[in-house]
Amino acid sequence: MKAPVISAWFGRGQVAAPPEIESAALRSDRFRLEREGDWRRLEAILARMEQGGLRRIADDDLIALPALYRTAASSLSVARETSLDAATLAYLEALVQRAWFQVYGPRQGFVRWLRGFLLGGWSRAVRALWLDISIALFVMVAGVIVGWLLVARDEAWYYRLFPAGMGETRVPGATREQLLASLANAESAAGLAGFAAQLFSNNSAVCILAFALGFAFGIPSLMLLVHNLALLGALLWLFDTQGLVVELAAWLSVHGTTELFGILLSGAAGLHIGRAMAFPGKRGVLDAAAAAGRRSAVVMVGVVIMMIVAALLEAFPRQLVEGTGARFLIGGTMLTFWLAYFILYRPALPTEDAALPQGPA
Amino acid sequence: MSRRAARAPAADKRARTLVTPEGLALPITIAPRSARAGALVIDVTIIVAGLVAFQLVIRRIADGMLGGTGFDPDAMPPPALEFLGIVFALFVFAVWYGYFLVQELGPRGATLGKRITGIRVAARGGARLTPEAVIARNLLRDIEIFYPLIALLVFAVTAQNGEDIGLLGWAVTGWFALFLLLPFFNRDALRAGDIVAGTWVVKRPDARLAPVLSAQGAAAAEGASTLTGVRYDFGEAELSVYGEKELQTLERMLRDSPPDALRAVHATICRKIGWDPGAGDERAFLEAFYAQLRAKLEADMRFGKRKADKHS
Repeated sequence: MKAPVISAWFGRGQVAAPPEIESAALRSDRFRLEREGDWRRLEAILARMEQGGLRRIADDDLIALPALYRTAASSLSVARETSLDAATLAYLEALVQRAWFQVYGPRQGFVRWLRGFLLGGWSRAVRALWLDISIALFVMVAGVIVGWLLVARDEAWYYRLFPAGMGETRVPGATREQLLASLANAESAAGLAGFAAQLFSNNSAVCILAFALGFAFGIPSLMLLVHNLALLGALLWLFDTQGLVVELAAWLSVHGTTELFGILLSGAAGLHIGRAMAFPGKRGVLDAAAAAGRRSAVVMVGVVIMMIVAALLEAFPRQLVEGTGARFLIGGTMLTFWLAYFILYRPALPTEDAALPQGPA
Repeated sequence: MSRRAARAPAADKRARTLVTPEGLALPITIAPRSARAGALVIDVTIIVAGLVAFQLVIRRIADGMLGGTGFDPDAMPPPALEFLGIVFALFVFAVWYGYFLVQELGPRGATLGKRITGIRVAARGGARLTPEAVIARNLLRDIEIFYPLIALLVFAVTAQNGEDIGLLGWAVTGWFALFLLLPFFNRDALRAGDIVAGTWVVKRPDARLAPVLSAQGAAAAEGASTLTGVRYDFGEAELSVYGEKELQTLERMLRDSPPDALRAVHATICRKIGWDPGAGDERAFLEAFYAQLRAKLEADMRFGKRKADKHS
């Protein structure tokens, strides 16, 4: 730690050759000199691993790593009982810790993890959250009903939910033709890709918010769900006044089955954390929160993927495909796909040995 | 544990023990909050600088395409401009989340800022750091810091325009303060993301192997000074004055203290063991004393006798 920082940036420099073992007057120092070569080799391997991953390491070194790690660990426990050399003990402690981070570090890189995630990890995580998903679904349905009832009782609520902008045709009192026009498809594909990118970053931000708010015992997540779905309820009521609710549902279903499913999952993920913190059970609050957090993080990565799909659907097919039947067909297909993927797709859980690379163990 | 931590000095308060699967207890140090704040500032600066640079490039390309008419987002974008917009939106998203994820999942377990401040992410309690944990801790960073900051900025602008924002501003400030101060209210300095992910941030282990003290100078030559040839030989009574704590203090001084400090130590030890302090050969004296004291204490250690310091 006292070494100048700059030198650490430009490699370790030459290591001086250790003195002859016989020259050391103390037994504990001879112990150290006998093993120093192994420690230095371990240190060199670790430095290369930390710099550039596994590819730059010779196979021999990689095979030797676990053995070198155990050598250093046993050196440390012997040194603790026989040596009073504080500098050597500190070095060994740091060395073993660094080796521990590599030997017991993240086994998979991001790409490898993503593969396991798509091939089973995601649907497994979703199924693990079934209770939270049921609760979130209930809350979402309740949100739609609340939105509908509020607006049906008092039209002023509609303006409170949707602060009306200039030129907005979707307001109470709009004619059937105006509403139908808002559901019509766009003339051409120009501008839709940019629209999709915008939608994607916006929607995934909302989903990440719903997830992260679960930290406050899940209540804000549920409130966010109620609010978003109340908007939907109000919109449904508005189109119902002109008998257009089926057309609206078709228009929404193209991307909505994916997007609402994603929102449902993120709300459930947030709720899962909140529930674990409010009712940790036998474990400590911290442990329970950590276990729940890791499970829901997996679901959240999936939600981001769903949002990409939803944004693409929203920008292209929804704007380009006309006709209630065709729209329902796309939305229904997506819904079936997601349900099948989450519920029916159950690949065998990879065993610990098969899932992890051989080598450092 | 907590009572002991209360009495210990600040550095010890951050000391934790990690037990490896081999059953070996390793000391580990929680990263100081200042280092973590510094790392975050560095990382955000890098991200923002990168995004600004990328936007300038995009804008330059767009300018070139519009033939010098300027960047006008309101104009109906031709497909090329639209493509640039998409590239930018996706780039922002990928950088914002990818920067932390990819680096913390790497073998160093640290972003560039964390590497510069000498800290890294680890799983709490000696478990394996998993991708899920890294994802969870980074998703929460948004609600801890960035959403409230952006909300406050928006409110500040709204308030400037003369609109009343009421209690909302205070609520967001409270939210911001709550998460920002969370690391100060638990022993392990966990932020909300660490709690949810089961991680903590620790100091990166970093120590170099120091030279062997007993193989150099008077310690190696059986107490004989290379300068004067005098042999320093200490008796049982003289070596029983000090314990391990003093030995390791002496070791530290022999390794990196200037001669002035060694002179003072020399005088103190001579007074303590009743020798007449000479001058000019302090280093050899201390090396010999160190080697012989350590030989005695280590021999006792092998028989299970330990002497922690001079009082015991």
